[in-house]
This record gives sequence, C-alpha cells and structure tokens, in this order.
Amino acid sequence: MGKTLAEQIWADHVVASAQGEPDLLYIDLHLIHEVTSPQAFDGLRLAGRPVRRPDLTIATEDHNVPTTNIDQPIADPVSKLQVDTLRKNCAEFGVRIHSLGDAEQGIVHVVGPQLGLTQPGMTIVCGDSHTSTHGAFGALAFGIGTSEVEHVLATQTLPLKPFKTMAINVNGTLKEGVTSKDIILAIIAKIGTGGGQGYVLEYRGSAITPLSMEGRMTICNMSIEAGARAGLIAPDEKTFAYIKDKPHAPQGADWDAAVEYWRGLTTDADAKFDVEIEINADELEPFVTWGTNPGQGLPLNASVPNPADISDPEERGAAERALTYMGLTAGTPLKEIKVDTVFLGSCTNGRIEDLRAAADILKGKKISPSLRLLVVPGSARVRLQAESEGLDKVFRDAGAEWRNAGCSMCLGMNPDQLAVGERSASTSNRNFEGRQGKGGRTHLVSPLVAAATAIRGTLSSPADL
Amino acid sequence: MEKFVTHTGTAVPLRRSNVDTDQIIPAVYLKRVTKSGFEDGLFGAWRNDPEFILNNDAFKNGTILVAGVDFGTGSSREHAVWALQNYGFKVVISSRFADIFRGNSQKAGLLTVILPQESVEEIWNTVEASPATSLTVNLESKTVTMGEKSYSFEIDDYTRWRLMEGLDDIGLTLKKIDAVTTFEGSRPSYKVKTLPVLS
Ligand code: SF4
Repeated sequence: MGKTLAEQIWADHVVASAQGEPDLLYIDLHLIHEVTSPQAFDGLRLAGRPVRRPDLTIATEDHNVPTTNIDQPIADPVSKLQVDTLRKNCAEFGVRIHSLGDAEQGIVHVVGPQLGLTQPGMTIVCGDSHTSTHGAFGALAFGIGTSEVEHVLATQTLPLKPFKTMAINVNGTLKEGVTSKDIILAIIAKIGTGGGQGYVLEYRGSAITPLSMEGRMTICNMSIEAGARAGLIAPDEKTFAYIKDKPHAPQGADWDAAVEYWRGLTTDADAKFDVEIEINADELEPFVTWGTNPGQGLPLNASVPNPADISDPEERGAAERALTYMGLTAGTPLKEIKVDTVFLGSCTNGRIEDLRAAADILKGKKISPSLRLLVVPGSARVRLQAESEGLDKVFRDAGAEWRNAGCSMCLGMNPDQLAVGERSASTSNRNFEGRQGKGGRTHLVSPLVAAATAIRGTLSSPADL
Repeated sequence: MEKFVTHTGTAVPLRRSNVDTDQIIPAVYLKRVTKSGFEDGLFGAWRNDPEFILNNDAFKNGTILVAGVDFGTGSSREHAVWALQNYGFKVVISSRFADIFRGNSQKAGLLTVILPQESVEEIWNTVEASPATSLTVNLESKTVTMGEKSYSFEIDDYTRWRLMEGLDDIGLTLKKIDAVTTFEGSRPSYKVKTLPVLS
C-alpha cells in the first residue's frame, strides 16, 4: 500500500525505530522564540550540553515585543528580561537571532517562509502550536513543548509516535469575498476543536490548489484549532516559485536536486487515510466566530445561536457559558454586533497579501469613529514591503494605527490588549476567554471581513459596503 | 524527573470542558524564565471568582484534578503543566486531552489519566458529595481506585516505564547518538541551513 504525504516525510526522517518505542525522528529546522525557550536553554546549561546543530536553528523575538517605540528599551521589566534572556542564550550557544529592529525580525511563522527556510519535505518544529503554518509548503511541521525544545536543541531529534492521517477534501469554487480563513473556520466548526486530535490534516482538492501560498499558510496555521498535530498541503509549482527567490533557497545543482525530490512529495494514489472529510467550497460564506473557541463559528449572515437548540449537553453548556462571556443574546443577527477594536495581524493573517487585501477595501475610506483599527505586520520585512507599496498610507489615511511587527494583540502579552468587556474582530486564530486581554471578547474573521467591519463598525463583509 | 509509581490524594472536580491552556495559565504569566513560581497564575482568570472550585476550602489541598473533556487544548505552552505541578497537582484525569498538552505532561512527569466520561461523572459526583474522598492512582497496575470502585486506564508501556523510572528523554536519546550522526551523514546537500546568514 502507498503512503500519504505525511507518512512519506515521516519515513524519510526516521533515525531509529524499535518495537514498542517511539520512532526517533530527525528535525530539519528548529524555530525559537523568547517565551518557550528560556527553561530549555537552562536545562542544557545545567547538563553541560551544547546545541547540537546551531546551523539548523534560528530565533526571533515576537510574542513579547512592543509594536510602538521599538527603538526604546522594552518598558515592561519582565518582558524585557525574557527577551534579554533569549539574546543571551543565543549568543552563548551560537544560535542565529533576529532581534527587534532587524529587518528579519517578526513572528516566527512569518519569518521562516520569508527567508526561504521553510521548504517541502522538511520536519520543522517550534515551541509554538501554530508551527503547523509551515505545512503549507508540504513540510511536516508541528508545535512542541519546552521539554521537547530542549530535546531538539540537544539532539536535533525527537522521540515520537507516528501521527494518524486525515484528508480534508475541499472541492468546488469559492465565492467572491470568501477566503482561506473562511474555509478553515468552516472546517473547525464542522469537525470541532477536538476533531483533528492526533491527526495530520492534509488539505486537498480543487478549492485548495488555486490558493496562494499565503492562503495555504492561513489554513495550515489553524489546523491546531481543530486539535490536529499538523496541517499539510502537497507542494506544487506555486510552492517552488515562492521559494525560488528567497535567501535560503537551494542554489545551482542543489536547487535541481531539491525540486526533483519535492516533485515526488504527494500522497500516493493507493494510500489510505485514517479518515477523510469532504467540504463543498461552493457553499462557503464569510465566517465569523460567536463563542470562545474557534469551533463556535457561523456564516456571517446567521444569527447568534440559541443554546437551547443544541442537543449535546456538553456543547449546550459550553455555548451558554460562551454567550454569557461574550455578552451576546441568542437570535441577534451577527451583522448587528458592534465591535470596539479591529485587529489585523498575527501569523494567521499578518502577511503582505492579507495587508493588501484589507488595504484594497479601506482605500479612500474612513474607519468608523466608534472603533480603533490596529494593523500589525507579521514581520519587519512585511512592514517594509507594505510601506514600499504605500499600504501604510492607505491604513493611516483610513484612521488606522500602523504598528511594528510582532504577535501583538493575538495574545496580548505586550501592551496591545483589549480592555475588560471590549469586543474585537480579529484576524488571529484564537478567541479563547481573555486571549486578547482579560475580559476581552474576540470574534475571529478574515482580513476582508476585518476591513469591512472597521468601516461599518459592526461585523460586516465587503459585500455590505 | 521524579519517579511516579503510585499517588494517593483527594480530588478537585473541575466541571468544565475545553479548558484551554490560556485558561490554565494566561499569557501574562508566561514571562518567567524559570520552571517554578507559576502556581499563582494557575486558572488565573477564574481565581478571582469566589465560586471557583479552587477557592472552596474543601478542595484546596486536592492533588488530583478531575476535568471535563478536551483538557489542555490550544497553545503548546508547557507552563500549563508546570503551573499544575507548582500548585501541587500530581495527576489530571479527563476523558480526552489535547495532544500537545498530554505530550508535555508526560515529559514533565505529570500523570494524565484518560477515563471514560461516565467514570469522570462518577468521580465528580462522589467527591462533590464528600470532598475528603481519597483516590489512589497506581501506574503499576494502571488503575484509579476510589473506595470500593476501581477504574482501569490505558497508557502505552514505553511512557509508563519512563514515568515509573523517572527517566529523562534526552538521556535516552543520547544513548543512540551514533545513529543520529550516521543519519546526518546521509542528508542531501540541498537541505536548508540557517548559518551562515544570507540575505
Ligand atoms: S501571532 Fe499569535 S498565534 Fe501566531 S505565534 Fe504569535 S501568539 Fe502565536
């Protein structure tokens, strides 16, 4: 029997395997940031171990960094200590780092692809669950905990049991105004936040192939919100073209050899997935979440659901709690919900294409005076690119705040937070209670819906303008 | 890592499903650079609520957390495991855990036990009625006992052995480091490198 793409990449990286033990898997690239690494470096230091492969490791500062006044020292002393600790650790262990102020600084999952470090057929790990983003290139990429970060630093491997495989076949054609963010929100609403548990999700079908690399990254990024270990899209000519001009793309004969290997990275025709799921792209609409987990989403034209209509008692209870937390009443049309903050950014939708799409809608318009729009590029490079295209001016003219790169309000570790009771439309990936600030209420949306919402003041799609 | 063979303690019934890692330890508490001191941030947002279970004196000293389905979803932060351990929990029982959380707990020596939802309900009802009920979690026999009742759970032999011996994964892998070196020798030259820095 043939292999799925995930199984093939796995097999290509097994260093050792023994009955009754996890496989020892080689890791091609290890991405690091300030939050989940300090205890790992500390562990190495205590045991007197070096970083085995600094040349397969790269660090950037993202979670904790401020997005304003970046030329000044970080004001919060605890955040500063964490960033300083990363810098110190990287210097001590010989790890490359892109610090605040550097053109390559930014969210770790934006930086990898933009440098061309993310390539098909690789195993990529990071102490961050949204490492699944890199699966858009046909790489097996997954988040790990701090103990595992230390393990990879010390050995460049991880002991792991093989993941199960799930195919998500998305066929049909997306309607105008429906984006990859809506596809993934619809998938999570369908399979639930635990539906992907233990699986690598391979997205396939006629609605996936036409997506840009950025669009593919958005889908793979949120695989974890369905509980999955990783998301994966088979590489194709578009993938190769995207990598080709990047700094770390293979050169000369290496390029040819690499492309030959990459072309073979597909799921075999006779491979069997553990589970297959069908999604009809023709039926998809712009999607928005109403609750406090990413599976609690509906088409924007729907109304806030009534928990009494939910038969499963667990889900009903969760919906009741979510509505209380979100301050919503069953039956309210989603489009009538007023928001206070629109956040455009994050590793889900903070890439240049996302900024272009939003700027296109905001051009020549003003945002609603009742809200603030925060535009936070995913990386310093994205910011520079956007500025060279004049997008910053479009955003500023519309009344938005144009910020420096980082995770920012995606998780509110830095000063970019929602106040208690404040409501956001956010292009990020998590709407958990308090995720964007204690007591903050988050609705997940696409960049198009974010831009339209910023103009109208209530959750809206571009078609409403 | 501390060896885990058996643990006896009282339970804390957490009747909530989908408790994500942002609830277990909110991001604002993640700025520490050590593995200790996270106990104050555990369930940070809920601790102000006087009704919250950990604010009930009867459950204050529980060491076995009995949670609803899908415990530990969301972020990969191992701080969630440390926070539970720092607070004093030795075991978490649920009918389903998020993968990364479960992996992290097994690395750090926090035992995660999967029991069917009916058993979780039974334990909840019992300990809510009498909080002093003592539970014993035995990894050797793979059972949780509560009075006359005994529930068995599954865990793979390898992980069980590691936890019972208190073995650190890195040490185990370093024993096979020659295989890693051999593997590295066979990696094709087109494989990406982060050094030297190109731009
Ligand atoms: S942008 Fe958000 S989801 Fe992405 S890495 Fe940063 S905190 Fe995590």
